[in-house]
Amino acid sequence: MQRRLITLRRVINTGIVNFMRNISLAVAAMAVMVVTLTIILFSIITNGTFVNTIAQITNKISVSAYLKDTTTDAQAQKLAKQLSAQPEVKRVIYLNKQQALRSFAATKGNEGFAAAAAEAGNPIPATIQIYPRDLNQVPDIKTFLDKAENKQLQTPDSPSYNGNLKEAIDNITHATNVLRKIGIVTVVVFAIICVLIIFNTIQMAIFNRRDEISIMRLLGANTWYIRGPFVVESAIYGLLSAVFSILIINSAFLASSNALQASSLGLLDINYANQYFDQHFLMFLLMQIAIGIIIGTVSSIIATRRYLKFKTK
Amino acid sequence: MILLDRVTKTYGKDKDENSAALSRVTLHVEPKEFVIVIGQSGAGKTTLLRLLTREERPTSGKIVIGGIDYDKLKDRDIPMLRRKIGVVFQDFKLLPNKTVFENVAFALEIVGISNREIKHTVPKVLDIVNLKGKEDRMPRELSGGERQRVAIARAIVRQPRILIADEPTGNLDPKHAWDVIKVLEKINRFGTTVLLTTHNQEIVNKLKRRVVIISEGKIVSDKANASYNL
Repeated sequence: MQRRLITLRRVINTGIVNFMRNISLAVAAMAVMVVTLTIILFSIITNGTFVNTIAQITNKISVSAYLKDTTTDAQAQKLAKQLSAQPEVKRVIYLNKQQALRSFAATKGNEGFAAAAAEAGNPIPATIQIYPRDLNQVPDIKTFLDKAENKQLQTPDSPSYNGNLKEAIDNITHATNVLRKIGIVTVVVFAIICVLIIFNTIQMAIFNRRDEISIMRLLGANTWYIRGPFVVESAIYGLLSAVFSILIINSAFLASSNALQASSLGLLDINYANQYFDQHFLMFLLMQIAIGIIIGTVSSIIATRRYLKFKTK
Repeated sequence: MILLDRVTKTYGKDKDENSAALSRVTLHVEPKEFVIVIGQSGAGKTTLLRLLTREERPTSGKIVIGGIDYDKLKDRDIPMLRRKIGVVFQDFKLLPNKTVFENVAFALEIVGISNREIKHTVPKVLDIVNLKGKEDRMPRELSGGERQRVAIARAIVRQPRILIADEPTGNLDPKHAWDVIKVLEKINRFGTTVLLTTHNQEIVNKLKRRVVIISEGKIVSDKANASYNL
């Protein structure tokens, strides 16, 4: 056991020394890995930001059914109950005339208005606010409300729905899907390039150290004592690349929010993205390190398996 | 200690025993023996040693070293085998970027020996091969004979029961060659079985040990206390 620990320590030390010696070869491998990891992280943050933007807008969307003054409270309650039972409806809020007036006044931020309007006979109709589960289900809700028996309870301009928001959401959803696809393809392409370059780097390192390796073999070093340092070396590529990629993303956010004073970049909410990055910083750092180390070790395990196979003729 | 039973080694698709690198070689070496294997270049000496270190497999025949039957040896067990055999090469095979001490220590490092034990053992072994005081020299700062003694120190530092020396004097002048042979004799006196291949007639004749002559892949002579005329 103690010998194994000593051996493990030596393998790690040798890997670190070899990394230092091999630094000129390592630069190319690390540069590609930094790009790959940066794209991965950027894709994740962009995706998270878009999901948040969509959720925010979706939460604000509701269909309002305005009820005639002749509609009784019991009829209104019944309609609200029926709406709640619809599968496409997430939530229903019924506001009688007084509540509707207070809610309206609250949105205007003017309590005096409520008092004045109440005195004037309250022109605000009782309202049922219907929140859909999904934006695509808004037409179903409207169809339900447009049924004759339901329509007769409502004012002529009911139901109301702001369609512009849907368009905006559709645009963002579309952009998110496209970006997600582009992100996945780019990440895969760069990951493959990354593996190939590390593979090549390790292959060259093996070639440079072939005499040393053959001596180690003749002296009875086991396969992992020989392969281990190469794996450690490429794990260091991954670790450092992860740190660099986090630094790049961090600097990019700092630059964009400070220099541009931008709150949004096209559809991307930079402030939220920044906040998202800050909140999940530790998770992102660990994730980047894990991905970097996995890419590095997998590449070097493939390279060493191929070129350091123990086989006698 | 070393047993070869009708060992044949052919290369490529050529299975003809007459053109084999080794053909039906049978050799039995007792523990603590000092055996010299001689033969012209291409006679099969190096093939024989490469079979013993399991750098190559025999085409047919049986090899048993120190109780290890090579037929039952898996590739992954080869490192364990090599740890039990010390090997010295004609071209030394030292690591040029390591000092004398580090080169010898390397053989202990790869098997997980602690630094404290290494610091304790290596100077003793360097003393045996008469290299005391040269621990910090780089291989390029040493003479050929000294380099070969570093290689011997590295081969014996793990106290193997068998030492295989493949023409260790091949690149040395007579004085240095003799220094190396004296070290090998010393190691043999400590109880290590030594298998030495050489071209050097003077060494063979002075040593007066068992001499095995290989010619065209076959053992043509095997005599104790033998001398040899080229």
